[in-house]
Amino acid sequence: MLTKLTGGTVYDPASGIAGQQQDLYIQDGRIVDAPKDGRPVDQEYDLRGKVVMSGAIDMHTHIGGGKGNIARTLLPEDHRLDPVHRTSITRSGNGHAMPSSFVAGYRYAEMGYTACFEPAVLPINARQAHMEMGDTPIVDKGGYVMLGSDDFLLRMLTAKKDQKAVNDYVAWTLNAAKGIGIKVVNAGGINAFKFNQRKLDLDEQNSHYAVTPRQILQTLARAVQELGITHPLHVHGCNLGVPGNVDTTLNTIQGVEGLPMHLTHIQFHSYGTEGDFKFSSGAAQIAEAINSNKNITADVGQILFGQTVTASGDNMRQHANHRFASPNKWVCMDIECDAGCGVVPFKYKDQNFVNALQWAIGLEIFLLVEDPWRIFLTTDHPNGAPFTSYPHLIRLLMDRSFRNDMLATIHPEAQKMTTLASIEREYTLNEIAIMTRAGAARIIGLKDRGALAPGNFADITVYTENPDRQAMFTKPDYVFKDGELVVKDGEVVKVTWGTTHIVKPEYDLAIEKDLKPYFDKYLTMKLGNFKISDDEITEDGRGSLTAHPLRGAA
Amino acid sequence: MTEITEVPSPFCGIGTDDLSVKVDGLAVTVTANGCAVNTPGFEQPITDTAPRVGGLAVDLDTAVAKAAELLRGTQQPVIAGCATDVNGMRGLLALADKAGAVVDNINFPAARRNLLALQDSGWMNTTLAEVKNRCDLLLIVGTDLEGFAPRFFERYLWTEEAMFLDNTANREVIYLGKSPSGTASTSPAGKTAMSLTCADADLPDVIAVLSALVKKQPVQTQHVAGIAVAELQAIADKLRNAKYGVILWGAAALAYDHAELTVQAICNIVKDINLQGTRCSGFPLGGREGDQTANQVCGWTTGYPARLNFARGYPEYDPFLYDSQAMLCNGEADALVWVHAFNSNAKPPETELPIIVVGRSGMAFDKEPDVFIPVGTPGIDHAGHAYRLDNVVAIRLKKLRDSGLPSTAEVLHAIEQAL
Repeated sequence: MLTKLTGGTVYDPASGIAGQQQDLYIQDGRIVDAPKDGRPVDQEYDLRGKVVMSGAIDMHTHIGGGKGNIARTLLPEDHRLDPVHRTSITRSGNGHAMPSSFVAGYRYAEMGYTACFEPAVLPINARQAHMEMGDTPIVDKGGYVMLGSDDFLLRMLTAKKDQKAVNDYVAWTLNAAKGIGIKVVNAGGINAFKFNQRKLDLDEQNSHYAVTPRQILQTLARAVQELGITHPLHVHGCNLGVPGNVDTTLNTIQGVEGLPMHLTHIQFHSYGTEGDFKFSSGAAQIAEAINSNKNITADVGQILFGQTVTASGDNMRQHANHRFASPNKWVCMDIECDAGCGVVPFKYKDQNFVNALQWAIGLEIFLLVEDPWRIFLTTDHPNGAPFTSYPHLIRLLMDRSFRNDMLATIHPEAQKMTTLASIEREYTLNEIAIMTRAGAARIIGLKDRGALAPGNFADITVYTENPDRQAMFTKPDYVFKDGELVVKDGEVVKVTWGTTHIVKPEYDLAIEKDLKPYFDKYLTMKLGNFKISDDEITEDGRGSLTAHPLRGAA
Repeated sequence: MTEITEVPSPFCGIGTDDLSVKVDGLAVTVTANGCAVNTPGFEQPITDTAPRVGGLAVDLDTAVAKAAELLRGTQQPVIAGCATDVNGMRGLLALADKAGAVVDNINFPAARRNLLALQDSGWMNTTLAEVKNRCDLLLIVGTDLEGFAPRFFERYLWTEEAMFLDNTANREVIYLGKSPSGTASTSPAGKTAMSLTCADADLPDVIAVLSALVKKQPVQTQHVAGIAVAELQAIADKLRNAKYGVILWGAAALAYDHAELTVQAICNIVKDINLQGTRCSGFPLGGREGDQTANQVCGWTTGYPARLNFARGYPEYDPFLYDSQAMLCNGEADALVWVHAFNSNAKPPETELPIIVVGRSGMAFDKEPDVFIPVGTPGIDHAGHAYRLDNVVAIRLKKLRDSGLPSTAEVLHAIEQAL
């Protein structure tokens, strides 16, 4: 079937198109050239006066994995406030802070998103992450596999194994857990907490392994680079949430020695210690460091006010933060000599000085980082805010007067501590398309997504132009997923199942000679049972795997 | 005949995956690493292969059509048991969503004791590999651990090596409440577990005193439930002096009113120890016959654990109200679907309502159900996934033989489609 989208105003930064009126054609799930053979169009959508972008991509959102399920189970009262009815085509569920998997898929699609990436896939919990994402409809998905606090890697570093051996282990793990990138959370810190260390600075040694976070970051960043994995090492830094951590973050940027590195939810790592409350914004320094270090990318992890729940692998920091839990209940877990997790409900309040300044810091970073290809729109869902607040966040970025109106309502001392009011920048539609589409696809290494040139998959979102950007981005007119109309007027009209994006870096099979005895002796699962097979993702007939080429490969 | 090694078990909850089995036609024999829980689970013969409607053998399509007919037009069906694998639960929840049914897991009354504590104040827990490599002090509260999981000690405590202990035989084991039923808790060097026993009903008092001692609060009495406070003080000191203490409890064993308060007190002891500068973790037992699987799949599908109701078109959770047994007794339900793929002795509750059983081959009934569809067992007759007791780890179950029996998921999906 040939579908024509006629006369829309297209924003396709990957092709250098910024607001040009043009037609698009869809056939067999892909965008195609205008037919030259005079074939008739089977279906046409008149998009004159409408804004057309590719489907949005959330490159960091906690939609799969055990901590999300703990968060769900922990907060029945939150679900009761947002029940979601079943329809003739959609399943029932619940929404808000940590929606049920089906509702997450529907709501992402209803906002024009067509792909979501879970950033904290513990290898031992990868099966669960894939099963939850397997029950997340419409959107494509993928995950970054967490390393850096696993005992096997730390043992390797202590034993001074060479980089090649580490690369083999990283590649083996990525294949076994079916991920598209490598994540490190509080490098070595989750592990150190198990030895009763309560903090771990960049150059502080793990009390058992005598390894520092800096060493771990360098080793893993190099592994990612040498294996040819497109997505840079995805780094949740040390000292999350600690006043003064701006110095740690700047050191981390320097410490990676020019290798590609993605700093995630950087808002939580950009705090100074100035002022009466000993808490200040480090946004200007962080933005300057990003502007001047082209190897660095970041997503913001914007906080927005209201009830949410934080779900993180960083149980060292989550345990320290539990005293702020609201409501007052929380979970921490040590997990399988692999990692950990901490789940702490939070209510961010605009009249709380720290929360209010956190809000301003995030926006400052967004607006001070010059290159939209290297900064990404996230709330670190659900940690900073639920993903459903993205349209509001987009308006804050695109509409200075709205932003300043909001600024005028927050804690007065926080207003004094931020330069936000003086920042004139307003994001353009093209910049929004870069940070939520083209840039995201590029940094994850997605082939054929996040762009509208012929040959790409037809993941397309159509909005009605509206000066109220929150209204505009809340309710797209149409969303096409792989060429099928899945959302019309902001409501799901067809349920499809996206693919799972992975990479398959090669490794020397000899790594299993070391891994097998380690599994047999110390772990609780056999090596063969640990590895996730393709059929686990595809066997029910609705899942699929899409392996992307490595950097430099054809 | 084939030999299959590294077979994971869905029966024991601790996720043993080192079994060896011999498969000869439909006969399965455990040849290595079996135990009192797993071996009978694997070796049970297949006796039923054909579905029955009203006691008469029919084909699957007929049985599915009859099941759909019984469910059609019901106001408040109940789907109980919920003992199956991940795909089985997926199918079960899809059917429940469509039929507006109550979903109630067979082990929920025990799991509820943990869930109420979790949902009120949370906890700090750990998983099996951490226990295996770090635990230097194991405090077992009110539970016969060996009876629950016969291989627990051998696999996770008395291992030849642990990554962070010089000598695993030096681990300390303390039973508080129950005493051990066998000798598995005795270290290979012959060191027996310390055991302080009391009646189940006295556990809340004993834990309350231990909690006070951990918090360094004054305690006025010298004895509680026959246990000297000095001995509890020694336990508090040991928890504080351990490198990685673990407090383990089995909610099913805490079978007295408001046991969730005991669970909560245990969880708070763990938190308090961590606040005092020592690492300590909780470890709830569970995961038998798919109860953890049921709660996990319900969790991501609906936001709630497995006792909920879809009658209003969206999931509602109430850990007391949607008790299937109570609903059947009170006349609040109008049909029962009983799903149990693991245990042919787990029969549906008695009721005069229409009963559809999707169950393990070999189930014998006091009263023949309206529809009985024998299904394969996950991990024997078909591949699948099951959750281990520590909640984080899903194990990949293997298909061991070709029995031709359908999976729970296939049957429930077919009923849903026919509805």
